[in-house]
Amino acid sequence: MASHAVHHTAPSHSDHSANPWGGGTSPFKISYGKMMMWFFLLSDAFTFSGLLTAYGFMRHKYEDIWPTAGDVFTHFPFYSGHIELAYVAFMTFILIASSVTMVLAVEAGHRMDRKKVQLWMVWTIVGGLIFVGSQAWEWYHFIHGTPQGAYLLADGVTVMRHKIDPHTHVLEEGAFLVPANDRSGFVEVAGAEAAKLKETATHIHGANLKHNEYGIPLFANFFFFITGFHGFHVFSGVIINFLIFLGVVNGTYEKRGHYEMVEKSGLYWHFVDLVWVFVFTFFYLL
Amino acid sequence: MADHTEHVHHAHHGKPDFWTHYVFSQDHKMISKQFLVTAMIMGVVGMMMSVFFRLQLGWPGQSFAILETFLGKWAPDGVLDPNMYLALVTIHGTIMVFMVLTGGLSGTFANLLIPLQIGARDMASGFLNMLSFWFFLGSSVIMLASLFVETGPASGGWTIYPPLSALPQAIPGSGLGMTLWLVSMTLFIVSSLLGGINYIVTIINLRTKGMSMDRMPLTTWALFITAILGLLSFPVLLSAALLLVFDRSFGTSFYLSDIFISGQALEHTGGSPILFQHLFWFLGHPEVYIVLLPALGITSEVVSTMSRKPIFGYKAMVGSMLAIAFLSMIVWGHHMFVTGMNPFLGSVFTFTTLLVAIPSAVKVFNYLTTLWKGNIVYSPAMLFAIGLVSTFITGGLTGIILGDSALDINIHDTYFVVGHFHIVMGASAIFGMFSGVYHWFPKMYGRMMNKNLGYAHFWITITSMYGVFFPMHFLGLAGIPRRYYDNTAFPIFDGLQDINEMISLFAILGACAQAIFFFNFIYSIYRGPRASQNPWHSNALEWTTPVNPGHGNWPGAIPTVYRWAYDYSRPDKDVDFIPQNVPPTADEKEIH
Repeated sequence: MASHAVHHTAPSHSDHSANPWGGGTSPFKISYGKMMMWFFLLSDAFTFSGLLTAYGFMRHKYEDIWPTAGDVFTHFPFYSGHIELAYVAFMTFILIASSVTMVLAVEAGHRMDRKKVQLWMVWTIVGGLIFVGSQAWEWYHFIHGTPQGAYLLADGVTVMRHKIDPHTHVLEEGAFLVPANDRSGFVEVAGAEAAKLKETATHIHGANLKHNEYGIPLFANFFFFITGFHGFHVFSGVIINFLIFLGVVNGTYEKRGHYEMVEKSGLYWHFVDLVWVFVFTFFYLL
Repeated sequence: MADHTEHVHHAHHGKPDFWTHYVFSQDHKMISKQFLVTAMIMGVVGMMMSVFFRLQLGWPGQSFAILETFLGKWAPDGVLDPNMYLALVTIHGTIMVFMVLTGGLSGTFANLLIPLQIGARDMASGFLNMLSFWFFLGSSVIMLASLFVETGPASGGWTIYPPLSALPQAIPGSGLGMTLWLVSMTLFIVSSLLGGINYIVTIINLRTKGMSMDRMPLTTWALFITAILGLLSFPVLLSAALLLVFDRSFGTSFYLSDIFISGQALEHTGGSPILFQHLFWFLGHPEVYIVLLPALGITSEVVSTMSRKPIFGYKAMVGSMLAIAFLSMIVWGHHMFVTGMNPFLGSVFTFTTLLVAIPSAVKVFNYLTTLWKGNIVYSPAMLFAIGLVSTFITGGLTGIILGDSALDINIHDTYFVVGHFHIVMGASAIFGMFSGVYHWFPKMYGRMMNKNLGYAHFWITITSMYGVFFPMHFLGLAGIPRRYYDNTAFPIFDGLQDINEMISLFAILGACAQAIFFFNFIYSIYRGPRASQNPWHSNALEWTTPVNPGHGNWPGAIPTVYRWAYDYSRPDKDVDFIPQNVPPTADEKEIH
């Protein structure tokens, strides 16, 4: 059962076996292991589709009061100002670059160039680690929030935020935003009215699974769940890549005569990158 | 292919010990038996549960000593506790749908038949196949273990709608019982994924020479389409379940909003329980066909073989299965007509739902035309196959009523629904499973089951099945809601209590009839007459192996296939049947 060799078609003897689907041969000319990976990815794609569709429906329900990602993710390491979505763009670039290095590793595998496979696998693993680390950094800032925080009103649900200039990200002192009762947008409150609301409110910073400084908790719920679920995929991908890398170093695949295991983990890695493109689009860009 | 098959063949020449042979077996035939036996045990549990709650429904509030014997504190003085009633209904549904009719049916017959019918030595990956069974067993054991939890097992219905499933404090069963339910289902989804990937890849990659897709037996086609359907729908249940776990344990609000418990507002806000229903039924409806298609595939094989006639409309059969599989993924909204759905969307789902009737009717007519003027052999397998055709029609017709949103709104959540899906999905699938067991028992155990016991089993089962589910339609039309512990508070239903009593009597009779089957099954394993190599004179490849095939299936080379599996009673031939591995004569034309 351990044979992963690509089964080559035997020369056909009758008209029927000339048909790639005619039996006695793999119609797609790939091994069972690689095909299993494809079907697993198809299945996993449906898991993510289920999650992203759920996200889409709930976001649609709260369309007008849904927090804007550009207002939330403005941090960049070693820089005290605000740049919208710059860091997540960097993360995305790294992840896509790691897909390129994965392709190079697979290509080197086809040439049986063990040294080059090692090199490109290392870069892929490094890329994956940078991505997972960056995600931790993003989460850290999302969880800790802004210095000014926000106010969770007495009903335990509504969040009163500081009004911030959307372009300069400068705080407008004393001005606050509260979602309208019919969820059609935000109402601005200030002065005595705001002070009165503040009296019974709780001062909160950042987001967790129950409260969210930036607006409704569902935003944080979905953000943590879906980026977390994706991050778990990236993390397991890094581990798989590392195990395959060890196999490359030990010469396992050279002895086997082919680097198909690199290809299989490559398929998984590309899939995880592709999913990120969707997560990035739906959470950050739209 | 060569290196792969040779490898399997040689690796297993050593005599396996008890553990590798019976427990950690990677032989598809042993795994199939493991699935079957597990499913049978789960089936007994599920069936006994139904008898217990039927006692309450037939004779509300009456004391039955047997309830206290089995349920202990959940039936004080022999009267079923209402919480336990809900738990029994929930776990009965879960066990029957997932453990018996999904894991049991697909697991047994996909494992047994796919490699044998396509001419492969084993599944593509015997190891993943073994894991698939072990995850299934773990899932079954955890589901059973949840019965012994102090606060009782999950009780929110097999559809586990939030908030009953999302708030651990909602009802007693929402606590640890519900957690175990979710753990069990997660293992089940992993099992189904590992199995499904294996079945699909085996069929695509490992067919023997000449076994083109259009020569495959319809059983294998059905199992192939079932596996694809499971692969696409179970992951969505996984996403739904994961979000539910977060709502339960980590304080998120995906499915919860504005909830008060004992006058106390909960923190959860913003979510929607309807979201869960959409995600659940995106799996839940294809699940109906995951249960049904293997049974239809088994029926195709049995009806053709036992009518001694080629299956009528082979390509239409494959096409209709593909159509049913596709349609099953776009009809889930018909479970949700009363959730406040936009009427336009409701009519879209009505339209797609009623479309399912077309491929279903194609299948029914093809069964009937295959039987037409056939030289019918009434084996127990054939009786159950014909029984399936019957239940598929009677249950399918009421599906047209329920699929219409305007009609459904009136009978939603009544016994009409219970009667409908038990006939069309429950009875049909279990009849297909019985048919398969009677038909392939000689292949599994090398012996024959007793025919007369099989007849008795069939006639009592089908009589009590209709006795139970047919009157339910009238109860439903009269307005009796499902899932209620007791209807005595509604005087309007008093006159219908006799019907409920009759249903319960038939349920008990039907349950007892299964003892005949279990006796026949176990007795025949040890004492049944030895089977000949091809007892049903079938064309399919599984009967070309020795009576008790070893690991690797064929002692010599794998046979080459030259024709489809349904060359029965060919007018241009003298012989009654021509197995798939018989080469064509010089002047022969392939017909199908």
